[in-house]
Amino acid sequence: MEINTNGATTSSAAGGDHGGGGSAATPDSSTAKKNSKRPKYSRFTQQELPACKPILTPGLVITTFTIIGIIFIPIGLVSLSASEHVVEIVDRYDEGCIPSAYANNKLGYIQSSLTNKSCTRTLSVPKLMKGPVVIYYQLDNFYQNHRRYVKSRSDQQLRSKAAGSNTITCSPEAETLHDGPIVPCGLIAWSLFNDTYGFYVNNKMLVINKKNIAWDSDKEKKFGSDVYPKNFQSGALIGGAKLDSSIPLSEQEDLIVWMRTAALPNFRKLYGRIEEDLQPNEQITVEIQNNYNTYSFGGKKKLVLSTTSWIGGKNDFLGIAYISVGGLCLFLAVSFILLYILKPRPLGDPSYLSWNRSPSGLSTN
Amino acid sequence: MKRYVYINDDESSKELYCDNRISNRKYTLWNFLPKNLWEQFSRFMNQYFLLIACLQLWSLITPVNPASTWGPLIFIFAVSASKEAWDDYNRYLSDKKANEKEVWVVRQGIKKHIQAQDIHVGNIVWLRENDEVPCDLVLIGTSDPQGLCYVETAALDGETDLKTRIIPSACMGIDFELLHKIKGVIECPNPDKDIRRFDANLRLFPPFIDNDVCPLTIKNTILQSCYLRNTEWACGVAVYTGNETKLGMSRGIPEPKLTAMDAMIDKLTGAIFVFQIVVVMVLGIAGNVWKDTEARKQWYVLYPDEGPWYEVLVIPLRFELLCSIMIPISIKVSLDLVKSLYAKFIDWDFEMIDQETGIPSHATNTAISEDLGQVEYILTDKTGTLTENRMIFRRCCISGIFYGNETGDALKDVELLDAVSGGSPDVVRFLTVMAVCNTVIPVKSKTGAILYKAQSQDEDALVNAAARLHMVFVNKNANILEIRFNGSVIHYEVLETLEFTSDRKRMSVVVKNCQNGKIILLSKGADEAILPHAYAGQQTRTFIEAVDQYAQLGLRTLCLAWCELKEDEYQEWSLMFKEASSTLVDREWRIAEVCQRLEHDLEVLGVTAIEDRLQDGVPETIETLRKAGINFWMLTGDKQNTAIQIALSCNFISPEPKGQLLLIDGKTEDEVFRSLERVLLTMRITSSEPKDVAFVVDGWALEIALKHYRKPFTELAILSRTAICCRVTPSQKAQLVELLKSCDYRTLAIGDGGNDVRMIQQADIGVGISGREGLQAARAADYSIGKFRFLKRLILVHGRYSYNRTAFLSQYSFYKSLVICFIQIFFSFISGVSGTSLFNSVSLMAYNVFYTSVPVLVSVLDKDLSEGTVMQHPQILFYCQAGRLLNPSTFAGWFGRSLFHAIVVFLITIHAYAYEKSEMEELSMVALSGCIWLQAFVVALETNCFTIIQHLAIWGNLVAFYVINLIFSAIPSSGMYTIMFRLCRQPSYWITMFLIVAAGMGPVLALKYFRYTYRPITI
Repeated sequence: MEINTNGATTSSAAGGDHGGGGSAATPDSSTAKKNSKRPKYSRFTQQELPACKPILTPGLVITTFTIIGIIFIPIGLVSLSASEHVVEIVDRYDEGCIPSAYANNKLGYIQSSLTNKSCTRTLSVPKLMKGPVVIYYQLDNFYQNHRRYVKSRSDQQLRSKAAGSNTITCSPEAETLHDGPIVPCGLIAWSLFNDTYGFYVNNKMLVINKKNIAWDSDKEKKFGSDVYPKNFQSGALIGGAKLDSSIPLSEQEDLIVWMRTAALPNFRKLYGRIEEDLQPNEQITVEIQNNYNTYSFGGKKKLVLSTTSWIGGKNDFLGIAYISVGGLCLFLAVSFILLYILKPRPLGDPSYLSWNRSPSGLSTN
Repeated sequence: MKRYVYINDDESSKELYCDNRISNRKYTLWNFLPKNLWEQFSRFMNQYFLLIACLQLWSLITPVNPASTWGPLIFIFAVSASKEAWDDYNRYLSDKKANEKEVWVVRQGIKKHIQAQDIHVGNIVWLRENDEVPCDLVLIGTSDPQGLCYVETAALDGETDLKTRIIPSACMGIDFELLHKIKGVIECPNPDKDIRRFDANLRLFPPFIDNDVCPLTIKNTILQSCYLRNTEWACGVAVYTGNETKLGMSRGIPEPKLTAMDAMIDKLTGAIFVFQIVVVMVLGIAGNVWKDTEARKQWYVLYPDEGPWYEVLVIPLRFELLCSIMIPISIKVSLDLVKSLYAKFIDWDFEMIDQETGIPSHATNTAISEDLGQVEYILTDKTGTLTENRMIFRRCCISGIFYGNETGDALKDVELLDAVSGGSPDVVRFLTVMAVCNTVIPVKSKTGAILYKAQSQDEDALVNAAARLHMVFVNKNANILEIRFNGSVIHYEVLETLEFTSDRKRMSVVVKNCQNGKIILLSKGADEAILPHAYAGQQTRTFIEAVDQYAQLGLRTLCLAWCELKEDEYQEWSLMFKEASSTLVDREWRIAEVCQRLEHDLEVLGVTAIEDRLQDGVPETIETLRKAGINFWMLTGDKQNTAIQIALSCNFISPEPKGQLLLIDGKTEDEVFRSLERVLLTMRITSSEPKDVAFVVDGWALEIALKHYRKPFTELAILSRTAICCRVTPSQKAQLVELLKSCDYRTLAIGDGGNDVRMIQQADIGVGISGREGLQAARAADYSIGKFRFLKRLILVHGRYSYNRTAFLSQYSFYKSLVICFIQIFFSFISGVSGTSLFNSVSLMAYNVFYTSVPVLVSVLDKDLSEGTVMQHPQILFYCQAGRLLNPSTFAGWFGRSLFHAIVVFLITIHAYAYEKSEMEELSMVALSGCIWLQAFVVALETNCFTIIQHLAIWGNLVAFYVINLIFSAIPSSGMYTIMFRLCRQPSYWITMFLIVAAGMGPVLALKYFRYTYRPITI
């Protein structure tokens, strides 16, 4: 690399050494002027910053895959075992809670205000469930992420009293016909889940802790403590649960949980916690008020009791995925090693260049 | 169309013609916004984005906040608008400076100091030494008693020598005081941009002489932006003012050039657009079907039974908006940015600085660097481009005697020196022509040495050589030339100069020897322009042999001739010449015809041979570039033999038997056609052999071939890798470029002189050599370099890197947009095909404009191979030429990668974050982080060389992503409140991220490794 860092090296631009009188086409003054246009030297401007150039050598690639494989498989096993340790009871009750008389008219049953919605289910605890045991309700095929649904809320209204009439985004559940805005407005709040559960073990009622099921941040910042339900579920169409209009929204934890919309059509939402341990083979009797209509669209309702672990609830996916990816990496590493042994290919051999292989390389172009 | 300029008439022309206010501005304060917006919206991409942005204002269909499109859109528009505004403001400032310059102008018979912008056509403008000329003037007086003045025209044509200008004969001898009161009319053509022509007439009104019409030429004018030098004062009549001056007319914004890559990107954008429409239609129909079958059952969605009439359009439009990010809004800004950096790298390159003059290379056109890497044909000028254009007189042949053959330098040939000192009449006449027949101006320097200011390097060489042979051209005083020979001083009066034109190929002067009163015609020119005009009976065979012999050596030859004229013969001719010179129509042609009448029965004196050495490194450069698969054509105005010799010496063609030269010649159509057919036949046969076949064609045959046999000639052009075209005119050069371009080849034209300008402008890439023939070519060019050998670095290093970098940048831009778009599409299948956006507005906007654009921008520093390797194996350029890095199939690869990555991110996210974790904000942030992690590794995998900047940009960007989102998560009113904090605390979040990276990158890495090691691509 020959770089002339000396700014003033230019000399005798015109050929005074040829011919007789000299034929200076470039006067000295203009040479000096042009010199000042010389760019400054730096490694950046010359594109010569120190750089490392990793090349995909067999060694590098095989090592990478081996390391990934070696790291991933243990992580997968750990995750899988964490997930396996979670004890989970899932009970689908939407079908079972329909009296046989209404078997062909589920919709009529659920929509009628006269029918008895109580339903009793029995669950058996397979293994010891250490408290706190969390209670979820699971809805399948329920599109909380439907665009019409997910947009139909007013965060301003939920947050502060002053924005009570801020309901433009809430249509079609924005205002009642006569009494002004609905608080909380929108389809999400309107369709609040309203099944209730009571748990009994040996005819003794288990206490369900329904405090702190919502995020603290929601209670503090997103739902106002001075915002009270108003005109809620007072229209012609009743959606889901009703709210006690004497309790501020920030304490309506079921509503807050429900308003955290799920991104997937099958989702679980926190119902409450049982703070005590559940012993193996205990029979739990659940008293369900089966109010919520999932029959019209073929949705499922499930009750879930689960313990928790560091990885969350029971979910084998991560563990299995880690083991498969790790295994695949090891497989790739092994096959590359085999390929390298069977078909070695030296790097940086110019005889592999296509124009070195065939002298008339141009004609292939 | 003519204009009549009434001198010193304050009233008449004021309204007719514009004043001298120069305006280079594109905009005014008032029309800036509408005009600029209009220009920007004339591009398809911008119209598309505007449409999308407008649709987003409709809240029923917009999936996200309209700000996510409006923000970037306004940003992009603001950036290019402010760039335009800044440029325009600078133009305004320089205009203002020029306009407000104070000049002396005669008003109502009195000299007044006014601003330059108030000059009107017809005003008399006074200039002092070193003043800049404010508008185009016709000279009417100077301080010089002969009416001469000197101007420097560097700003106009880049030529640094001084040019003489003379007042018209009618104004000769008018008293200094009377010039204020002069009245008359100048009849001149409407403004044009030809700076070498001004065909006009002047008639002065009484009391000034008679009303004889006096012809005016460009010699009688001083044009705007020139400088008055070596002359105490001069005054002239303003004929063209303001933007109507010659300079103003020749200004103008050249057509923007589009690179092959830009065209390809446009094509791919079109394809993506079509794909987007298809996706939108499919999803739109699916959405409407789902809505009517499923959503009606979902009571919680509360669909009304009767929708408005546009109901059926709502879902497709929502998807259109959701998919609009498929076409990355940032691509244009990123490309503009990196392209200007490529240009800067060329400007900064230390290895492309001309060490002789210290002038760095310069990229005038910042937008076409990638094309340099895809050049297929280089069309080069010879003189000054391949050669140094530093002419040295080497040999001569006087009356059949060859001088300088033994020593290689005639100036050291004892025989010639003896002949000079002996006063051999032939030699003396020969030297006289060398010293007198030119347009050189001798300037005495302070030391007493005589410097010659010559426009032509050949004349310079001849005058200098004559001086060394004791025939010294000492002084030029108006028309009187002072020649000193062997101690005696001879004066010649120049009566007429018959100027050189490229058609005539010769120049002559008519001089009168002041001692004996003899009138002689001295001519010099190309052999075919001189030898046919020799007097009957002169044996010209030796001269033809001499010309051939010199041409074989690669020397430039000129024939010198003279003849004595009779007084009456001259007088008669002089009248005709005067008449021809004052015609307004076809003046050049008429003059040539008249000149022809005088230039006959010449006595040929001899032949001069001038050497023009090859520039350093020319053969190596040509060899390297030819290895890189670039075809070379040489287009020169020189003789065929000289051209072939130069071509041989610079590796242009190989000598026999490896190479073969095929000649196309002929004077008539038939001959040319037959010769063309023959060459074509040979070409077809030899095309399979590894033989260097080149064809040679001269200007005449080329004219016929281009006119009548375009098709066979085009075929020949495609078959032939090398061609030499000699004796071609500037317009033929441009035609050849056009021909190659029409065959879809990327052409690069390189030249240094004014005769190359048209070819340079015509070619895809024009390169100018800032050489000794002025800066005209360098100015018209896209790139200006100091030496021919820099072309190698320009193409192999800068062109190649630019191509590689842009190829990655543009495809990556599509890739990252497609990833996020595919995720949105997949999400729509689990959200009831209702057009819900998984990502919130802030994330979407930041993703496109910030998270993904910063790391990729540093790919402009990436170098896949070192400069040395590329220079060593120039064949690597095939890769770029063939467009291997950006074409539909590589694009399909990126498309597939984006689909694969979207699937990976989406599936892992929805499974890892299922059930109780499926909260919308969290899930969307997990998917987004997954994308960002993948992007970082994709860029890292595609980067070939990591400098500290790359590390900073790639990993710093990842950190910045978390910092930004943590900040957003700390704002209670934002939708993401606390989300990022919650996620960062979950082990499963990090486990998910690593899973996404490993699952997404593992196969890509494996495939890349496998292909690089076991399936190298043959070129």
